[in-house]
Amino acid sequence: MNDRTELKAKNRKLLLRLLSVVAGMTLFAFALVPIYDVFCDYTGINGKTGGQEEAATDMQIDGSREISLDFIAMKSSDIKASFHPRQSKMVVHPGKVYLTDFFVKNDTDNPVILQAVPSVSPGLAALMLHKTECFCFNQQPLAAGEEKWMTLRFFLDTEFPEDIHNLTLQYTLYDITGKGETGAVAAN
Amino acid sequence: MSTIEHTADHDHHDHKPTGITRWLFTTNHKDIGTMYLIFSLLMFFVGGGMAMVIRMELFQPGLQIVDPAFFNQMTTMHGLIMVFGAVMPGMVGFANWMIPMMIGAPDMALPRMNNWSFWLLPAAFTIMILTPFMDGGGPAFGWTFYAPLSTTYAPPSTDFFIFAVHIMGMSSIMGAINVIVTIMNMRAPGMTYMKMPLFVWTWFITAFLLIAVMPVLASVVTMMLTDRNFGTSFFDAAGGGDPVMFQHIFWFFGHPEVYIMILPSFGLASAIIPTFARKKLFGYSSMVYATGSIAGLSFIVWAHHMFTTGMPLAAELFFMYATMLIAVPTGVKVFNWVATMWQGSMTFETPMLFAIAFVILFTIGGLSGVMMAIAPLDTQYHDTYFIVAHFHYVLFPGAIFGGFAGAYYWLPKWTGHMYSEGLGKAHFWTSMIFVNMTFFPMHFSGLAGMPRRIPDYSQQFADFNMWSSIGAFGLGLSQLIFVWMLIKTARGGEKAPAKPWDGAEGLEWTLPSPAPYHSFSTPPKID
Repeated sequence: MNDRTELKAKNRKLLLRLLSVVAGMTLFAFALVPIYDVFCDYTGINGKTGGQEEAATDMQIDGSREISLDFIAMKSSDIKASFHPRQSKMVVHPGKVYLTDFFVKNDTDNPVILQAVPSVSPGLAALMLHKTECFCFNQQPLAAGEEKWMTLRFFLDTEFPEDIHNLTLQYTLYDITGKGETGAVAAN
Repeated sequence: MSTIEHTADHDHHDHKPTGITRWLFTTNHKDIGTMYLIFSLLMFFVGGGMAMVIRMELFQPGLQIVDPAFFNQMTTMHGLIMVFGAVMPGMVGFANWMIPMMIGAPDMALPRMNNWSFWLLPAAFTIMILTPFMDGGGPAFGWTFYAPLSTTYAPPSTDFFIFAVHIMGMSSIMGAINVIVTIMNMRAPGMTYMKMPLFVWTWFITAFLLIAVMPVLASVVTMMLTDRNFGTSFFDAAGGGDPVMFQHIFWFFGHPEVYIMILPSFGLASAIIPTFARKKLFGYSSMVYATGSIAGLSFIVWAHHMFTTGMPLAAELFFMYATMLIAVPTGVKVFNWVATMWQGSMTFETPMLFAIAFVILFTIGGLSGVMMAIAPLDTQYHDTYFIVAHFHYVLFPGAIFGGFAGAYYWLPKWTGHMYSEGLGKAHFWTSMIFVNMTFFPMHFSGLAGMPRRIPDYSQQFADFNMWSSIGAFGLGLSQLIFVWMLIKTARGGEKAPAKPWDGAEGLEWTLPSPAPYHSFSTPPKID
């Protein structure tokens, strides 16, 4: 009899240990979310640009280099709005601050709150695109039928990678009406 | 403890209940193993029926039989049911039946949990199979359920799909825990780790993979659930999330998952080939280490499924080389099987035929896997029929042929009757011919650019697809031979001796055929 109770206790102990592995892996899976964000913030490889409203300080314009920058405006499929850049292409020098704007119009009869989410490719250059002012930093409330031009002020880092000559900055416009302030975008 | 005491202790178990309650309340590893295997076979035919619908639609270019929305549900459900309903439970069935008998244990370590982990499965798959009948149809986003297809754009039934995945995840985790506890605590005295049959080893490693990654699957579907219903934004870019992160988390589960499906079949082949080659398995310890290395490497290769999402060169190189590295331990295994057969006195009974076909055809699937590991080329292969050809080669003539080989090998032990060698060979040769006819042309249509998961295709792919469809119908029909053979063998036939294969080794053959309801109540002696 002793053998059996002993074995039962042993089995139970191992069972609990294995269950703790399961619990640990569940926690790990959820921990992957912040790990992913930190990793991408650090490396910029998922195309998200760096922190907000960076100051343009103490820069030398590198006139010898020209980088072609494309702007793309997209909408998520469920919204009715017009959205396009004023210029679809710019040739820029690293270190120089540029100003451009995007047109947005609410094509519905209701007020909406829109949010633009940027993505830069190639991803490795994402952290080298600095914005001093961007409409994507804020939610954009628009009255029914309202239209406006939204400002983007940016510069490329003087340490912009030598081997990259083309850069695409894409904005996707989402309707976040009713999703509340908590739906605010973490890293633009 | 004395034998008499032990028997008395077990007395109340020996009156096995009859009728349905026997199966509902059983804690016997053999009963539960049988239920797992039958359930898996049933799901194999449900998933196979869906494959027939897919192949009927693809028989000719144009849309003939089903509308695209239903086609998408078929590809999705076919994948989910085959992966989670057919292959995984099938292998758990083998584990339940064979592991206690192979290590000289009286039963699984946690018999009640064993019962529960089986009976969760019918619940999970009832929910899953009902989803196509719900409003808006069933899941139609592919078995990989990428966000935002499975979150923002998915039908309401997706929440039922998520619940089903949770339930079957619980079932798999409990099954895996049971296997680990059984192997670690219940081995007969003298059965050291390095004396365990290779099937036990591969399942031991598989079980660790399961408890490591099934929680990740459960977590990722939980994130989907909260994104869909509770306003979180894990995978929603509008709220600061990232849909690509879904793919990272999914494949962190998904890649080990593919080894979960194939490793037990490696074990089955390693049991069968030595028997019919009448030689000891070549390189036993290298087989154990190779299996362990494959399992370890499977955790660091997941992004090779995602080369086209756009990742830095360094990451592509890392995942490319890490993936190719897996070919080394896999190659060790393939060469060991070949070396086992080398100069053996081989005979070609049905289990051996399936095992040899397994080695050859799995190697074809493995090699196309190495091709896809090459990051720059993967851009061409991605989401084409080449991928479909690859994973069907490793799953059908890989995992499932391994399962057939195991079934023929142990059927005499399970039923006490010899199966009909004629039916077995007919099943093998038809399957062998049709499996290649179905999946080999997919390599060509894929390389020529035919995309997967699309109900229509351009004219140039017509011939390849007609071949594939004819092959698929033949393959589906061939499996009926297996069912016929099973029923015949279960009902009667030539009486099987305790050890029907003269080259077989292992504790399971020391038991009479059919294996008694309770075996190894006293641990056997191991030399």
